[in-house]
Amino acid sequence: MKDLVVEVNGNTVLKGVNLKIGQGETHVLFGPNGSGKTTLIMSALGFPKYRVVSGQILFKGKDISGMSLDQRIRLGMGIAFQRPPVVPGVKLRQLAEMIARTDGAKLQRVAEDLNALHLLDRDLNDGFSGGEAKRSELLQLQMASPDLAFIDEPESGVDLESIAIVGRAINAILGKTRVKAGRTASALIVTHTAHILDYVNAELGHVLVDGRIVCSGNPRDILREVREHGFKHCEVCTNE
Amino acid sequence: MNDRLRELEQKALSAVEKRAAYGPDIDLNRYRNVGEHEKIEALESLSRQAREAAYMAGIEQNLERTAGTYMQLDSSVVFEQVQRAYGGQLELLSTDEALAKYDGLPEYWWQAVPVDQDKYTARVALNQTHGYFIRVLPGQKVERPVQACLLVAENFISQNVHNVIVVEEGAEVQVITGCTSITGVKEGLHIGVSEFYVKRGARLTFHMIHNWAENFHVRPRTGVIVEEGGVFVNNYVLVKPVGSLQTSPSVYLRGKASRAEINTIAYGMKRSVIDIGSRIVLEAQDTAGESISRAVADDGSILYLRGMLVGKTDKRAKAHLDCRGILKSPLARIVAIPELDADSSPECDLAHEAAVGPIDQEAILYLMARGLTEDEAVATITRGFMNIELPGLPEALRRQIDQVMEATLHRGL
Repeated sequence: MKDLVVEVNGNTVLKGVNLKIGQGETHVLFGPNGSGKTTLIMSALGFPKYRVVSGQILFKGKDISGMSLDQRIRLGMGIAFQRPPVVPGVKLRQLAEMIARTDGAKLQRVAEDLNALHLLDRDLNDGFSGGEAKRSELLQLQMASPDLAFIDEPESGVDLESIAIVGRAINAILGKTRVKAGRTASALIVTHTAHILDYVNAELGHVLVDGRIVCSGNPRDILREVREHGFKHCEVCTNE
Repeated sequence: MNDRLRELEQKALSAVEKRAAYGPDIDLNRYRNVGEHEKIEALESLSRQAREAAYMAGIEQNLERTAGTYMQLDSSVVFEQVQRAYGGQLELLSTDEALAKYDGLPEYWWQAVPVDQDKYTARVALNQTHGYFIRVLPGQKVERPVQACLLVAENFISQNVHNVIVVEEGAEVQVITGCTSITGVKEGLHIGVSEFYVKRGARLTFHMIHNWAENFHVRPRTGVIVEEGGVFVNNYVLVKPVGSLQTSPSVYLRGKASRAEINTIAYGMKRSVIDIGSRIVLEAQDTAGESISRAVADDGSILYLRGMLVGKTDKRAKAHLDCRGILKSPLARIVAIPELDADSSPECDLAHEAAVGPIDQEAILYLMARGLTEDEAVATITRGFMNIELPGLPEALRRQIDQVMEATLHRGL
């Protein structure tokens, strides 16, 4: 993203964001509520409500600003939503098969790993608990095998046991079981609590405050600073 | 002609000009009967177009998978056969044959549908062109479906059928009725009077698939009487264009603890006018009714979704109506009209829920975020919306319906 300015319903939410995620890298995005974290993800993916006023979004060397949401997905982006909507009558299995366009063997294996077999024949997100919704999202993401995954608040509403499953799934999606040189999938993980960092290694962390990235660095250092001094300090830290 | 039939004829004559309560009024003079077609020995003898049309209306061509098959082409019964294994379980005749065999069917003929309901019932009474009679013998559980195909192969035909199904005590059967016109038929009229009698402890699962042409007018008139402990399940599917269709089966739950379940899937296309409903009348203790409909209005179609629950017992009983519609086009219209009538029935619990709206934009974007195009996402959501459980639907029929629905939903892709 280069100098990205984005409006939502006439309000400028992103005010000149610069962010580069290299191939095989996992970045973490921190920020207080309303800072623009979700807007950043939605803009990258091309959701229509998020209007790019200026700046560029580049993916695999191409300016994708003019591409539709589904075109960007087919180019290799993917997302696990924080709060996915209910889609009555559409089963998780059906969508997962449409995403992967492969036989059912992979789906069966992934669903077993995610402890999500019982969700496959249910309507999408209908009555799913917080943990089930996350597992369903990660199952879909894993079936898509994206080159760049946006993962929005993977630990929200999830109990500790499920966070471990979620962490394993993210590592599988990102090929973290391989040595770094062999990894090609990248990710941007939005997190509030950072619990997920106990399970997933990230190379770089960023702090988004009021529509701007005000700090970047080692995610654990950033987390420690935020825990001790709050997000306000990040702005001060940058200004210093 | 005996006195009863004479009386019915008089009543019918009094109603020849009587407009129906709902639906566009049809000029019956535009449509005629045609001469008899010859009987055929096997379905393979039908033309390719006729076999395709039958298939699209859910008719199984491998008769080994059925218990019996009745086929009517225009005004003629061309095929009727009970599979040998089911000979001792059921009867399958044309209603003319049944009338002759059973002395005018006094218990069943015009007992569940009033002959003078409107000009369409009158037309059938005065100018009937066959129809099927299915009777399942007491205690017989017919495992495979009985199927009836009412096919129209010529333009400007008026097909005026009168069907009767009797499921005797403790018996069970599934009946698939596929009503369809073959490619090339542009305009016509189908009036189907259907009277079903579900006896004590019996079960009738009735599937009706309609597959008509853009200028075809359809006026089914259905009445069902269910005795104690009996169960009637009705699954109706319309996913092709039609000129106009108006129907509202009435189910009378006459016996204690009898039940009815009515499921409707309708997809309005082009300039179809579809006025579709159901009426469940609770007449005895512990009766229960459920009516579920899912409708989509596309293009310039108009759908009236009616549903009426009537409490007519002072004993405990309950019924529920669930009616939902999606408006897919700015030129389409859906009018949902649920009605509850608790008539001197203080113990009856009647409830309805109705909702009409657009396709959820958030759901569309969600599927697009999985790589589906917008059109694919809309088709998938629409398909899901219409994917209500149709109890007892044979797998082969489910596949056929899926195929027709897929073709409909993806026609613009």
